[in-house]
Amino acid sequence: MERVEFITESPDSGDGVSTKSMMLNMGPQHPATHGVLRIVLHLDGEIVVKAVPYIGYLHRGIEKLCENITYQQCLPYTDRMDYLAAICNNIGFILTVEKLLGIEDEIPERAKVAEVILFELGRIESHMVGIGTHALDLGAMTAFFYCFKERERIYDILELVCGARLTTSYPRVGGLPLDLPEDFEEKIRNFLKIFPETIDEVDKLLTRNKIWVNRTKGVAYISAEDAINLGLSGPNLRGSGVPHDLRKSNPYLDYDKYDFEIPVGTDGDAYSRYLCRMEEMRQSVKIIEQAINNLPDGPYAADLPEIVLPKKELVYTKMESLIRHFVLVYEGLKPPVGEVYHGVENPKGELGYYLVSDGTAKPYRMRVRGPSFVNMQAIAQMVKGAFLADVITAIGSLDIVLGEIDR
Amino acid sequence: MSVDSDSVIGSIRSQFESSIYKTYSFRDETTLFVKKESFLKFCRSLKQDFKFTYVIDITAVDYLDIRVPRYEMVYLFHRFGDDYDENIRIRIKVELEDSDITIDSITPIWSGANWLEREVLDMFGIEFRGHPDPRRILMPEDYKPHPLRKDFDVRNRQPSKESFEKELKEGFE
Repeated sequence: MERVEFITESPDSGDGVSTKSMMLNMGPQHPATHGVLRIVLHLDGEIVVKAVPYIGYLHRGIEKLCENITYQQCLPYTDRMDYLAAICNNIGFILTVEKLLGIEDEIPERAKVAEVILFELGRIESHMVGIGTHALDLGAMTAFFYCFKERERIYDILELVCGARLTTSYPRVGGLPLDLPEDFEEKIRNFLKIFPETIDEVDKLLTRNKIWVNRTKGVAYISAEDAINLGLSGPNLRGSGVPHDLRKSNPYLDYDKYDFEIPVGTDGDAYSRYLCRMEEMRQSVKIIEQAINNLPDGPYAADLPEIVLPKKELVYTKMESLIRHFVLVYEGLKPPVGEVYHGVENPKGELGYYLVSDGTAKPYRMRVRGPSFVNMQAIAQMVKGAFLADVITAIGSLDIVLGEIDR
Repeated sequence: MSVDSDSVIGSIRSQFESSIYKTYSFRDETTLFVKKESFLKFCRSLKQDFKFTYVIDITAVDYLDIRVPRYEMVYLFHRFGDDYDENIRIRIKVELEDSDITIDSITPIWSGANWLEREVLDMFGIEFRGHPDPRRILMPEDYKPHPLRKDFDVRNRQPSKESFEKELKEGFE
């Protein structure tokens, strides 16, 4: 690395004052970068002239690691990308493998509805952290506690369903590994009763808060045209007025059967994106309500002996089940030769998996299109000409997670 | 007016008959193979005439010892339609010989391709002609190998350890 001058004298701009431009390093250890993000800022006084992001501090090579393990073993790695909505990453991966195997039509209704509920819980959880920490960065501490209280409630539900709070690794190819717990429905209904009140409370704390509005309105602006050109997705794209949501445009998990709206912003600024996220959570509540009312009884996993593990009690009592279990664990499932891409509408944007199969039990190539990775590109454009303090607003409103950017 | 994806892909194929040399469909996803020489021209037309304004993903696959040519660039584009109701997706592939792993950059056309192409450069060592900022993105700048190539062993930690020790000895700057 070459040595750089941190302070450079810039020529007199004509008003008789010669200014000095400064280079300021922000991160990778900085509380407002939401992880290990480093941005080199070129400043003229308090104005950002240029921002150059550096990423890769959390790179673990998940794509390479997954090429050497079986499809089932890849699942826990997907938790560790967007760890704020691990369940959404899991379901996205499972759906991609199911598409590769061509078994989407055989997944039982109960598993699909349960996945929709968990997916939307993941969205709420991620938006709660996103808004909470965004507000914290800008000095509004109270909202953070309200948000994290709800996040804990969601973690309790996830713990009940799959035993883990953060790294869920939950559904399996072909359905759920176990039936939903008995008090699942009650817990969800309880959550649906309490949660809308919290949204209203956060809404009261922030939406008309003068400091919050002043610090987000008109800040980190991006036009609809630029947002599309840069490939932004999720609330960052919708905040600029583009009504694109994969749940509506390329539906998966029967999302087309649910009644919900796509909130779209108008201004393309940080405030617009915040409002989009708030409304999205309300829509998620609506989806979960519909799903829990229509949660059917019946099988929770597909009847596909080649792909789905047999029930545990059968493994201990039946010879055939034991052999099936052994073969499936030892050899793994083998999809046909081919390649698929499947995108799901993660809380942060379009999460896509591109799997290339060569007919063996290990993916020949697994590519993850992380929404934060592509969204992060916009930061340079957003903060150009803005105040230094607005860089924090821009990072918070993009709602990035570094685990997914660096993978 | 909604348009179905078959008719759009059909019209792309008829307009670029000489550039597209292979097409196949798997699980309702259409892949077009485009000749490397006419790739940039094809992409310009894809954005301007066919309104594929949104680039979703760019990646590469290394088919070492399996296929010749060795590398395959994979592009995924999305078309919204006038009222955001079409949502047509198309996958474009370009094959690259091991002896000449360069391809025209599409960052001047879709600015969102910038980091995606940098990642391919980092992971596969494929060079992009006309890229505004051709640097490594995830691995350290002085790191030599390209990890997602198939001849890179997953247990290979040596190069990064060496560069770290060198920095320890000579001091960070």
